[in-house]
Amino acid sequence: MTDKLMTEEEVVGRLRSGMTIAIGGWASRRKPMSIVRAIVRSDLADLTIVTHGGPDLGLLCAAGKVRKAIYAFVSLDSIPLEPHFRAARQAGTIEDEPLDEGLFHLGLQAAAWRLPFLPSRAGLGSDLLRDNAGLRTFTSPVPGRNGEGEELVAMPAFRLDASICHLNRADRRGNAMYLGPDLYWDDLMLQAAPDGGRFISAERIVETADLRDQGCIHQLRISRMMVDGVVSAPGGAHFTLCEPDYPRDEAVQRAYAASAGSPEAWAAFRAEWIDVAEAEYQRRVGDTTA
Amino acid sequence: MVAVAECFRGDGELLANPIGTIPMIGGRLARATFEPDLAMTDGEAALVANDRAVVPPDERVIEYWNPYRSMFDWVWSGRRHVMMGASQVDRYGNQNLAAIGDYGRPRVQLLGYRGAPGNTINDPTSYWVPNHSPKVFVEKVDTVTGIGWDRAAALGPAARFVDIRRVVSNLGVFDFETPDRRMRLRSVHPGVTVDDVVTATDFELETAADVPESRLPTPEELELIREVIDPEGAREREVPDPD
Repeated sequence: MTDKLMTEEEVVGRLRSGMTIAIGGWASRRKPMSIVRAIVRSDLADLTIVTHGGPDLGLLCAAGKVRKAIYAFVSLDSIPLEPHFRAARQAGTIEDEPLDEGLFHLGLQAAAWRLPFLPSRAGLGSDLLRDNAGLRTFTSPVPGRNGEGEELVAMPAFRLDASICHLNRADRRGNAMYLGPDLYWDDLMLQAAPDGGRFISAERIVETADLRDQGCIHQLRISRMMVDGVVSAPGGAHFTLCEPDYPRDEAVQRAYAASAGSPEAWAAFRAEWIDVAEAEYQRRVGDTTA
Repeated sequence: MVAVAECFRGDGELLANPIGTIPMIGGRLARATFEPDLAMTDGEAALVANDRAVVPPDERVIEYWNPYRSMFDWVWSGRRHVMMGASQVDRYGNQNLAAIGDYGRPRVQLLGYRGAPGNTINDPTSYWVPNHSPKVFVEKVDTVTGIGWDRAAALGPAARFVDIRRVVSNLGVFDFETPDRRMRLRSVHPGVTVDDVVTATDFELETAADVPESRLPTPEELELIREVIDPEGAREREVPDPD
């Protein structure tokens, strides 16, 4: 049996500057924040981030780690717009590859199925075809009901080097489950990344035999065949929402958002919440919620 | 709220997906009165039968588990009527949610394209604008996220599912029922004049000689909104009661 347990720092050790990395979760929900924070503290740079964006992308932008963002939206949920991402876009410090949410899904699915692209109508007529140079239209080789091939958009497969997701429960081999209402795109992100680059963190590591009693069978959606590394990370999604284990920490999220206001504010937030070891971080979280 | 509800009249059994406080209340009102077969979300991962717009999780009457990924099954099969917001909207109903200014280096970065391109090319789409002004109702949007009728016409048959229905603002109701699908002032809300609307709009609106007033809620609708759909008064935070 392969034991895939590792630390956040060991995950970072397997990443390289210039990589394209998908980050799971959705907006400010179940984001692998302990690994994101470890990336912020590392020497990694020039990353391309593929995400249903939230504070994962914002933090990495604020820390100067991002070369390019690939996304359909970036939001903090309770704070509709992500201030650090906005600052980077408005300062012109990152490249931008916008997508439609449905095309984002197809980019992951195409990569997971080893296809060059998947077809869609989404994007036709919009400026997405102007702003994302990778999108092309083509005439369907298969006629429609009217006997003619119609114009469609080809959504290219994402070319990922790694994927990082946070789940509620996992075993040491990489089987994992979500316990909230939505898996988001975590399973597809892991399937879309190459072997060796697929990492999860989890609120709690349990024995394989105990997984089924943690929730219901339908929530066991991450297989060890999709995973190369497992991080034990209680509180690892903080300050984002991680139902049912904990709600979003709105106070820390507000402090994070406010830190986009000035370099000094960002430096202070970073010193308090980023440039600290994970154990110390979780101790501070305990202090704020006690 | 009534003007929002009216957008869903005739939709039958499809996913009515009004996004935001006022649209959600309007959608619930449509279902509680004249469109009982509409399916609606709880704003997250379930389709719920409750009339109340914001329900505590354990009081939800859940009809279907609808994680985000399932939304594309509805969108791509044409079984959804979305009501989105718009940071900018133009005379043909093109919408901008992504960025103000030049897209490459925006003056103001907004949410992103979100699902707007896929929504508009596949399904009926309406818009809700709580702050009608010349900065929102613009001659030309800076970035087309949701496509309008002119873009649809240029696409030809590929745009056969495009159906930009209505725009509801805090001043009036707008549709595209004109020969070349330009935006038309359909009605003005009580207390608003046609001039008010024209002044607050950066492009030339089609206006009939005699623009009707948006219909007022019936006593039954008022009671439904106040007692059942929005007993907490969440609507007042978006559009304050003039009294």
